[in-house]
Amino acid sequence: MRVEAKLLLFLGLFFGAMCAVYWTWSLENAGGVMMFSGMLLCFLPGSYYLWWSRRMKMRPEDDPTATTEGGAGVVGSFPGSSIFPFLMGMGAFLVVLALVFGIWFLIPGLALAVWALLGGTAEGRRGGKI
Amino acid sequence: MLLSGCTLPNFGVTKGVTKSSVNVYHLWQWFSLGAALIGLLVVLLLAYAFLRYRRKDDKAIPKQSQYHIPLEVLYTVVPIIIVIALFVGTLIVENPEVANPRTDVVVNINAFQWGWKFAYPGHSVVVIGQTTQSPTMVIPANTNVHVNLTSTDVVHGFYVKEFNFSRYALPGVTNQFTFNAVKTGTYAGQCTQLCGLYHSLMYFKVKVVDRATYDHWLSANRDVSAAAAAASATALQSNTYVPSKSTKSKAN
Amino acid sequence: MSHTTATPISEHDSHDEHHGPSGLLNWLTTTDHKIIGLSYTITAVVMLVIGGALAELIRAQLASSNGHLVSFAQYNELFTMHGSVMIYLFAGPFAFGALANIIVPIQIGAPDMAFPRLNALSYWLYLTGSITMLLGFFTTGGAANFGWVGYAPLTSSLNAPGAGADLWIGGLMLTGFSAIFTGVNLVATIFYLRAPGMTMFRMPIFTWNLLVTAILILLAFPVLTAGLIMLYADRHFGTHIFSVAGGGVPVLWQHIFWFWGHPEVYILALPFFGMATEIIAVFSKKPVFGYKGMIFATISIAALSLGVWAHHMFTTGVVLLPFFSIMSLLIAVPTGIKIFNWIGTMWRGEIWFSTAMLMSIGFLITFLIGGLTGIYLASPPLDFFTHDTYFVVAHFHSVVMALVLAGMGGLYYWGPKITGYLLNERLGKAQFWFLFIGTQVFTFPQYILGLQGMPRRMAVYPLHNEWVSLNALSSVGALLIGVSTLFFVVNIIVSWKKYPAGDNPWDAQTLEWFTTSPPPHHNFYRLPQIRSERPTWDHNHPEHKSIAHGTHEE
Repeated sequence: MRVEAKLLLFLGLFFGAMCAVYWTWSLENAGGVMMFSGMLLCFLPGSYYLWWSRRMKMRPEDDPTATTEGGAGVVGSFPGSSIFPFLMGMGAFLVVLALVFGIWFLIPGLALAVWALLGGTAEGRRGGKI
Repeated sequence: MLLSGCTLPNFGVTKGVTKSSVNVYHLWQWFSLGAALIGLLVVLLLAYAFLRYRRKDDKAIPKQSQYHIPLEVLYTVVPIIIVIALFVGTLIVENPEVANPRTDVVVNINAFQWGWKFAYPGHSVVVIGQTTQSPTMVIPANTNVHVNLTSTDVVHGFYVKEFNFSRYALPGVTNQFTFNAVKTGTYAGQCTQLCGLYHSLMYFKVKVVDRATYDHWLSANRDVSAAAAAASATALQSNTYVPSKSTKSKAN
Repeated sequence: MSHTTATPISEHDSHDEHHGPSGLLNWLTTTDHKIIGLSYTITAVVMLVIGGALAELIRAQLASSNGHLVSFAQYNELFTMHGSVMIYLFAGPFAFGALANIIVPIQIGAPDMAFPRLNALSYWLYLTGSITMLLGFFTTGGAANFGWVGYAPLTSSLNAPGAGADLWIGGLMLTGFSAIFTGVNLVATIFYLRAPGMTMFRMPIFTWNLLVTAILILLAFPVLTAGLIMLYADRHFGTHIFSVAGGGVPVLWQHIFWFWGHPEVYILALPFFGMATEIIAVFSKKPVFGYKGMIFATISIAALSLGVWAHHMFTTGVVLLPFFSIMSLLIAVPTGIKIFNWIGTMWRGEIWFSTAMLMSIGFLITFLIGGLTGIYLASPPLDFFTHDTYFVVAHFHSVVMALVLAGMGGLYYWGPKITGYLLNERLGKAQFWFLFIGTQVFTFPQYILGLQGMPRRMAVYPLHNEWVSLNALSSVGALLIGVSTLFFVVNIIVSWKKYPAGDNPWDAQTLEWFTTSPPPHHNFYRLPQIRSERPTWDHNHPEHKSIAHGTHEE
């Protein structure tokens, strides 16, 4: 996990340095704020990965001498077919159309979106379909 | 001027008619020379590779070289040096171009949908025109002309090709720049920033005349209507003002 | 929900035939990254054709200096939607949603993306966002007409009334979230689902580039979304963020937009760089030259890309010119490193000029031209007189056409892996020549037109004789590009299920070529031992192994 951490931390540091130079030189606030936020966005996962990388056992994908047997076991859970992404997509679509054509679009839009959110969460918890 | 690459081809740009435009032109030539050399190098390397290393045998497997640190360092460091040189050249041209030395010739330019207004503060002269009326801004040659540029509605672009220059007209902001035209003549200008329906037709002209003609035109158009001043600017015939016998020079 | 194990064939659950629904319901409920990626590819190619049709209309209008094909109002819609469709609806989704979705998990030995349902949602948001934006054409006021960059105050409710503008904003919100979710998925997948032995510095360059692209997406897209919300609020909720009358600052829109907009062009470019890298290596029968240098260059591009946005704003007069100038000039350096590494990959190789390779070479040369002309634009004095002229139009079309060439290369290269069938090489080469030559015939006259003073976004132009012939020549180039697309479509039809590909028709090197074409459900029956960035090559050519990175075998 160390390379992942270093990648993000390097980017964060670079953005921080760039922000410091830019903001003090230009006194322009929009760019300064945006670059600063970019730095934070990199530090957040970067520091998390760094913290973890020091505490975790080497994963098979970090081990240059790993074998496929070493990676045996459950890799992860991969939900099979699910209608909820489509429903959520349609809900989002209708919500956006509400922004354009009238607030009454929010009724089907939010209904679909909430149904998809709840249904998808439940599906995730109970295991869903293969 | 240290940048005079007089023997270089023009690479598509002209010297223009202002003091800055000449420097910009030379900078363009140097950038182009660099681009041409690098482009040529890459194309020659590619052409050589295609001819020399094209597959002759389906089964052959070449030496699997994966890196060459000294070479990679070379083509990291050399481009950095080139880039720094280009940046220094940029600053040398840019700093005088964006400077605003004190001058007594000031024009307030107001861009609007879809025309231009040129006002000469202190002289009560205003020229205005829309789209194909193509209003004319009259300025004296060999003088620093200070422009205050703004817009009353959306963003417009003040662009004169012969000046090798453009600048946005922003609502709520006054952009200031100075130029010094060294060649008399009439030069076409156009709005370059999309501003709505008739953006394609937002023409204007810049007429550079000698100082005496400019002064005369200015005093002749004091307090006249903006349209009349515009017509007068367009009609400005000669580049040299010949005073008529019965006219005294007006104090101004 | 299926739990995938990494042990080979004795486990049967995840590699069986797909048990779920079939037909339309299958498509609506799929979470398989390969099918989602294929949906992205088809939708993106449709968007390419729509954007191309709009382009042909533009070129038809400009073939004469006072064209009457369309009105001024319609022309503004044409170039706005051409740019918007091409950038937001074709190039982006094709770059990080299409081939990335299909190839990245297989390249790192993963069974799917980390969040398959989120992946599916990304596609539906993309599809509905595209429809939303295009709906503008069917409203009374017409589609958005303020340029694909939508500068304030031209986008205010006063200057752009009508639903077309709001549909443009809404469409971008949907596609924006689509991109953000894809970014999340890519980072999580690459960080957490690599196969045993696939360390970070053994990942293929395509995957590395997609990782950096994904990080850029996460850094940049939220900024655009925020700006769009502000714009919508100005238009409908009475705020005055971008209007002078209320104390706002119009140029703030430009800062926000371009802070997204410049990383966006690298988000578009990096995946295609990755495709070209893989193809050039395979068809030179060599490893990628300077593998670590390539990665360093990609990361440098990403890092610098967040600090150059105002080079699009040099003519505003309100930005810090030297800062943005030096940062923009510096970005040329890692790009140059990549070009030399591509040459180094071909050097002393055995170059096979397949369609995919020709497309990648065409990409390299065209990107060289576009990249070199970009260097001029990094110098404010040179930008002042080329900004908003056809010089810039030519520059970015050189660059994006280069990406299209690389993308076509990617389709010819990976198409067989995804579908199991090769495309016809002769038709492919014909397509290449029309596309490559058409691109140069299209762009070169525009460089000249820009330097001669022709501004962009003009429905009509002053009658200089040269301008008419240059415009006409550029239109011919556009036509040639259109013809190349026809070759592509014909090739797909003619080659349909005709030439079975086998697992590895190109003797390619990376992990995806180890599995079948197409890959099975959850991608691999078994995995090879991974000791370098070329596991399939090492397996097939043990006597020509790569130097193993990260072990002490060097």
